[in-house]
Amino acid sequence: MKKYSALFRIRFINSLQYRAAALAGLATQFAWGFMEISAFSAFYRANPAAFPMEFSQTVSYIWMQQAFLTLFMMWFWEYDIAASIIEGSIAYEMVRPLDIYNRWFCQITANRLARAALRCAPILIFAFLVPEPYRMTLPPDAAQLFLFLLSVLLALCVVVAFSMLMYISLFYTLSPTGVRLFIAVISDFFAGGIVPLPFFPAPVRAVAEWLPFAAMQNMPLRIYSGNIAGMDAFAGIGLQIFWLAALLAVGRLMMSRALKRVIVQGG
Amino acid sequence: MQLYIKFFAMHLKSQMQYKLSFFLTALGQFFASFTVLLGVYFMFSRFHEVEGFQFEHVLLCFAAVLMAYSIAEMFGRGFDQFPQMLGNGEFDRALVRPRSVIFQVLAAKMDFTRFGRLFQAILVFCYAIPNSGVIWTWDKVLALLLMVVCGSLIFFALFIVYAGFTFFTVEGLEFMNIFTDGGREFGRYPFSIYGKRILKFLTFVVPLALFQYYPLLYLLDREKNMLYMFTPVIGLLFIIPSCAFFRIGLRKYKSTGS
Repeated sequence: MKKYSALFRIRFINSLQYRAAALAGLATQFAWGFMEISAFSAFYRANPAAFPMEFSQTVSYIWMQQAFLTLFMMWFWEYDIAASIIEGSIAYEMVRPLDIYNRWFCQITANRLARAALRCAPILIFAFLVPEPYRMTLPPDAAQLFLFLLSVLLALCVVVAFSMLMYISLFYTLSPTGVRLFIAVISDFFAGGIVPLPFFPAPVRAVAEWLPFAAMQNMPLRIYSGNIAGMDAFAGIGLQIFWLAALLAVGRLMMSRALKRVIVQGG
Repeated sequence: MQLYIKFFAMHLKSQMQYKLSFFLTALGQFFASFTVLLGVYFMFSRFHEVEGFQFEHVLLCFAAVLMAYSIAEMFGRGFDQFPQMLGNGEFDRALVRPRSVIFQVLAAKMDFTRFGRLFQAILVFCYAIPNSGVIWTWDKVLALLLMVVCGSLIFFALFIVYAGFTFFTVEGLEFMNIFTDGGREFGRYPFSIYGKRILKFLTFVVPLALFQYYPLLYLLDREKNMLYMFTPVIGLLFIIPSCAFFRIGLRKYKSTGS
């Protein structure tokens, strides 16, 4: 355990180095959040009755999404993991007394957390200060906030476990571009990255609520905003635990099978 | 021009060497904007109209912006990758060659996988043009053409501004994305829905609305004044300051040395 926490620390500190990039990113995300909220408010004005969440919930959803963007976006890609598989330096990893799955899991989680740690505070402070329709609200009570924190953690693990499948598939395909983009796009969409799940038409939504993608950003963001509360929140967290367990099991199985037949060309 | 065509053929051939990878990436691009389209569809199946625009109307501007952007990106990719070019010293080589710098950056990189997006825009046009209820007289057709052509030139100018910034910062600046990627993403709805202040900003500072919102009003007969049809042309004025900005940056340029 100690070696993994050390690994986690190294990665975390490493990612904290890019502060200027984070600052420039912040400005983009403020503007992005503003535009998204303005668009939703136009739809709200058009027909408040058809709005499936409370407007303030949507506002919280969008700001939280911008603040924790780097935790959940599927298209963040660890180039060195992909490179180690494609170029064969995986051979070094295999000799080390570390489980490769755990090692990569730590690396990805740490990088995502570090990026989010840099970005989330200014965005959140800003989101609590802007004038009314754009201002973010706190969750209704402390219990809800606690559930949210738990759900964020689970969502992050689900995202990482899911992206591990993409890395492992590289053992077979060696070519990351097309398929990766495709999967990232699909998962972001069904996780509520473009339009929150409550805005989906009923039949699509009924299916989407059960997919592993619903256990990603969808769950914590809606728990925070109060759109999912009480027993529903517990059920949602249950769903997250289920998908996390399933994805971990599949990932480990795929990994051990891939490693058994891995051929590293010399050179 | 002849030289540019040579470069064009060269890039096309080189990218066609990896056919499967090429098509998969193009397909990925296609799906990336397809989910955005799906999002728009979901919103309109729930709300039916926003600010008086219906789904088919919004599709017209969605497709026009997407097409303008993908054309600009396909040819202007060199400016998008300019930070790398500056960082690895490739740009120094461009400076010593007897051709214009802008031309060389332009010709250095073309990305045809953006065809995925372009194709999507074409499909959406195929649906939206007959279904939008617009009677397509010659002036309407011209207005739509102007939206796409001037739109891609304005996006292109934005890429040049983005590249210009890198003279001062070396790193690429993410905040420019709000106008390039953001222009594409938020251009899916007419810019008026984001409120008056944003519309003003996008009219007078970064003229994205000039090729999107105003000609759309003309297309939908909300404005009869011919001036609205030619607003995209006015937007082309934006190219002058952006090129000037690039040149100022160029004068300040110091090589990174590597």
